[in-house]
This record gives sequence, structure tokens and C-alpha cells, in this order.
Amino acid sequence: MGKENLQSAIVQFAPLDKLLALGRANSLWPMTFGLACCAIEMMAAGVSRFDLARFGAEVFRPSPRQCDVMIVAGTITKKMAPAVETLYDQMPEPKWVIAMGNCAISGGPFVFDGQYGIVEGADKLFPVDVFIPGCPPRPEALIEGILELEEKVTGYRRWPRVEAG
Amino acid sequence: MIPHPETRRVLTPFILPTVVLLPLLAGGLYFVWPLVPGGVQRVLISLVAVIAFAAGNAAYLVWLERKVCAHIQRRIGPKEVGPFGLIQPVVDGIKLMSKQLLIPKGVDKPLFMVAPLLVLVPAIMSFVTIPFSEDLVARNINVGLLMIFAFASVNVLGLLLGGWGSNNKYAVIAAARAVSQNVAYEIPMLITVITMVMVTHTLNLNEIVIQQDGSFWNWYLFRFSASPLMPVAFLIFFICSLAETNRAPFDLGEAESELVAGFHTEYSGMGFGVFFMGEYANIVIGSSLAVILFLGGWQSPVSFLADGFWWFLLKMYFLIFCVMWIRWTYPRTTLWGLLNLSWKVLIPLSLINLLLTSFMVKVWPLLMGAS
Repeated sequence: MGKENLQSAIVQFAPLDKLLALGRANSLWPMTFGLACCAIEMMAAGVSRFDLARFGAEVFRPSPRQCDVMIVAGTITKKMAPAVETLYDQMPEPKWVIAMGNCAISGGPFVFDGQYGIVEGADKLFPVDVFIPGCPPRPEALIEGILELEEKVTGYRRWPRVEAG
Repeated sequence: MIPHPETRRVLTPFILPTVVLLPLLAGGLYFVWPLVPGGVQRVLISLVAVIAFAAGNAAYLVWLERKVCAHIQRRIGPKEVGPFGLIQPVVDGIKLMSKQLLIPKGVDKPLFMVAPLLVLVPAIMSFVTIPFSEDLVARNINVGLLMIFAFASVNVLGLLLGGWGSNNKYAVIAAARAVSQNVAYEIPMLITVITMVMVTHTLNLNEIVIQQDGSFWNWYLFRFSASPLMPVAFLIFFICSLAETNRAPFDLGEAESELVAGFHTEYSGMGFGVFFMGEYANIVIGSSLAVILFLGGWQSPVSFLADGFWWFLLKMYFLIFCVMWIRWTYPRTTLWGLLNLSWKVLIPLSLINLLLTSFMVKVWPLLMGAS
């Protein structure tokens, strides 16, 4: 993961910074915000079968001022792009972005020569921290993405990795 | 949940200062404490206890709410951060405090800054008169009931200023809704309280509880000799306290589907956190008042069990649980439904109750005496 891109403060309080990182990583409040079908999987991740709440990340805040992580769930059309950018700008620091699904990663199935309506990836608009591939990704994949983001914030992974297959 | 070794390594540097500083602080306090005059000692203890109680309740009621809502929706809720997710409020607090405190361009800065305090401070002030047991009360005031309602109305001003100062249309609409709702529900609530005061003949919360001595049939909830409509009065009071604290099904002030996040749309970090603490402190106050007025405060429900503050806390937390239960069971009402319920149902009912009670208190003894 791109840890070298993280900005560091001029004065360092290492133990305190680590404590704050621990606090931030375990209370990642996502934004109530979905663009397309991936949002349905994002909602499914919050309900009883998958339960994002276990990791303290179920507090979907409707206002960008109170969010920590923006889950770009779905296709970003050129018409929607300014609104998405505004929402990103309205979030207070520290903030993170998860690009969920192929459309948010690269435009997905909508990319072809001469297409005019789609932004080809959320990273064309703002920096993205975690990419979750899939069309759409399963809710487990979104939870894995949030754990990945926690690893990026604190620098270590608290939960054992699940083997593929 | 066993903490990850790395988590333990992050927390280790903080263990030593805490272990060394806390005994030092306690020791210092031990020597300084006798030098403090008695009156000041009482004030200091009350201050610390009241603020700690309000803040602790606000933090852990959020945890309880998340757990209750999770179990109502057949989920588990926070469980990975500490045992049963008990560290979750601490972690959320750290997060909120370390978040950028964003003051958007174009807001009315003084109003914007003071609004969260106007919600939180009156709520904490109200704890001063709440009697947890006969002796466990910060300040036993003759007009305790009146004082709590005086402070409760300041809360609305905080919401209005927060919405107005944000310079955000959704926040203003939400604040207008919250104000109309609070004004509408203050009337039946206060009429019910007037009815209660006619029965109790006092505004002192301690005395109101003492009058409900004995077993549960002496509670004002079942005092049918004072008014046959007592349980209805309790229901009116409870519904109004739900509406006063902007809780579902009356949480029109923060209807996400229409108003983004309500009056605190523009608040980030601890500004939002303080609003939330105020909301939970108000729920505690509302439930405590219902317990004191109707459910016998610290009095035990059966005469063979000892009275004490544990009964007060038990009843209060049961009512708070009911508040959460209602929130996660019923959908939000419309603005019209909300105002109709108040003006067409609750206010006439509470007026009937007022007339009936005044008849029972004043005229009935005369008639009985005459015959």
C-alpha cells in the first residue's frame, strides 16, 4: 500500500500519533453515499448477515462533515463527478477514500473508444486509498477493504488474513 | 477479543504515565483536600460527579444504542474493539477529538461556536437537582422541577442557533422543525407537570419522591385517588419527553432522507460530538424526571427490599432502554402527523386530565365532607 504518500507532521509525537491512528482506524465512519449497484452491496455489508458494525464502521453519517471514509460505490458519470468532488472536499481531515467496484477503479465495463459519459476511475478526481475489485464486490470484500484501510492507518493488521479458495 | 501484540505495543507508552500520575494525583489530593473549606468541597465533588455522570452516560449510551439497535436488527453490533465493543466509545471519542474542526466559510462564527454548548450545558446543569437517592443529590432546591424545565427550554435555542448559524438551508429547515416540534410538545408536557404539582403540592423533587414511599401502588403512576388518568399522564409525559429530545419517531430535526443530517449538518469533529452528548444527557434527564414524577424515584417497588439509588438507576435505564426500543421499532412520523398528535390528541387529553385532577383535589373532598 502507498504508505510513502502519507503526509507527516513537522513535529512528531510518535506514541500519541500511534494512539490517534489506533482511534481513527477503529472508528471509520463512512458516508451515506452510493452511486450505482455497488451501493446495494454496501448496504448489504451493514445488515445482519455481514454486520460492518463489528468493526465500529457502521455509523453511516449523512453529512460529509462527520465522515472519515468515502466509499465510492458505483459508476461516476461526468454529470455526477462535480458533486462527488464537492463531497470529497467537504470532508474534514483526516479522510480516506475507498473505490468500490470496477467502475470506481477504472470505469469498468463502460470504457470503450469514444465513450463520453464516464469518469474512468475515482483516482482521476481525488486520491484513493483502497481499491476493491469486483462487479460488484461482495460485502465480505468491502469489509476486507475496510480492514485493509485500518492496516494502512495503523501500519499493522489486527485480524488474520483469510486464504483465498 | 485478545488485543493484537502491536495494539499492546501502541498502548504501552501510556500505561506508565497513567500508573505513575494517577497515584501522585490522588496522593496530592489527599493532602490538599483538608485545606479546602467544607462548602467548596461539596461544590467540587458535585461538579466532578455531575460532569462525569453526564459524560460517561453520553459515551456509553451511544454504545448501548448501537448494541440495542444491532440486536433488534439481528446483528451483533460493535464487538471487535475491546470486550463486547466496550472500548468503542473511547475510540470514537479519540477520533472525534482528533478530527479537523471545520468552520465553513459564511457561517455566523459566534453563534456556530456557542450552539453546541447551549445544548450541552443546560442538560448538565439539570443534573444538579436530580435526586439519585435521599442524600445523593448535588443541590436540593425547592423549585427543582421548575429549574429543570427552565433549562430544558434553553436546549431549543441551541438547536435553533446551530441551524441558523450554519448558513445551510437544510440546517435551517431542520432547526425550524425542531423548534415547532419543541413548542408543540412543551405544552402537553407542562400541563401534565402542572397536574402533578397540583397533586404533590411541591416543586421539590426530593419531596415528590418521598411522597411515593411504600410499595409500587403508592407511586404516582398508580395514584388513582388523585386522578384516574394517572397512567395516561405518564404516557403523555413519556411521549413528550421523546419529542423534546428529538428522538425517533419524532426525530424530524435530523431526518436524513430530507435534511442531510439536520441542524448539525455543518458540524464536524467535537462540535458534532458535543451536540450528541447534549442529546443523550437530555434523554437521561427526561427519563430521570419520569422516574421521579411517576415511578417513585429511589423507592423500592416492594416494601421488603431496601430503597436506594440502585432502584433509581434501574428504573431510569429501563426507561432509556424503552426510548431506544421505540426508536429502532417505529419509523419516523411526518411533520403533520407529529403536530396533529400534539395539538389534537395530547393537549386535549392533558387538559382533561388537568380538569379531572383539579376536581379530584379541590371539589371531591368538599363533596365528601358535605355528605
